[in-house]
Amino acid sequence: MGGLPAGPVERHEHEPLPWEKKVDAILRLLVGKGVMTLDELRRGIEELGPGAYDELSYFERWISSIANVLLEKGVVTPRELGEAMERVRARRAAAEALR
Amino acid sequence: MTAPRFGPGDRVRVKRWDPPGHVRTPFYVRGHVGEVVTVVGPMPDPEQMAYGRTDAPPVVVYRVRFRRRELWPEDADPHEDTVVVDLGETWLEPAGTGEEARAA
Repeated sequence: MGGLPAGPVERHEHEPLPWEKKVDAILRLLVGKGVMTLDELRRGIEELGPGAYDELSYFERWISSIANVLLEKGVVTPRELGEAMERVRARRAAAEALR
Repeated sequence: MTAPRFGPGDRVRVKRWDPPGHVRTPFYVRGHVGEVVTVVGPMPDPEQMAYGRTDAPPVVVYRVRFRRRELWPEDADPHEDTVVVDLGETWLEPAGTGEEARAA
């Protein structure tokens, strides 16, 4: 990161998953509408720190950074995010119970 | 709009800064001398945009070419390779002529 020595580049090439395309679409909308800048995305990724940076996948870094930047700007609140994530969790649990 | 401080062919040295916060200057060129290839022109300043300051004054961006042996002298060959990096004017200072730099 930032041009520091890091060894060879590991490539993880794959077709984008539906959620990854959604993350890309969310970012385009946020930047297009002037809610955040691409530079804020990059700054947010750097601020995840070396540990999270290495553990998260490419689009996981994006959505983590987007969430933090939007929290910082007051676009969303921790409570709203918490409730939304809980709804997703419950929906998924219900879907898995039906299988 | 401020006029560009450097032009094509000028030798520039990249500042050896290491500030906290978001910058776009790779570590591997800091402190090194390169040659301006192109004046890209004024661009939104990423160091300000990274903190949501979209109304900050633009910064003149240059395409600067570095010799591989300047950046990674310990590497074997091919030594004639170059790398071109986009850099903001705030990070650059005059490096003088080649002769002066070699004499130093």
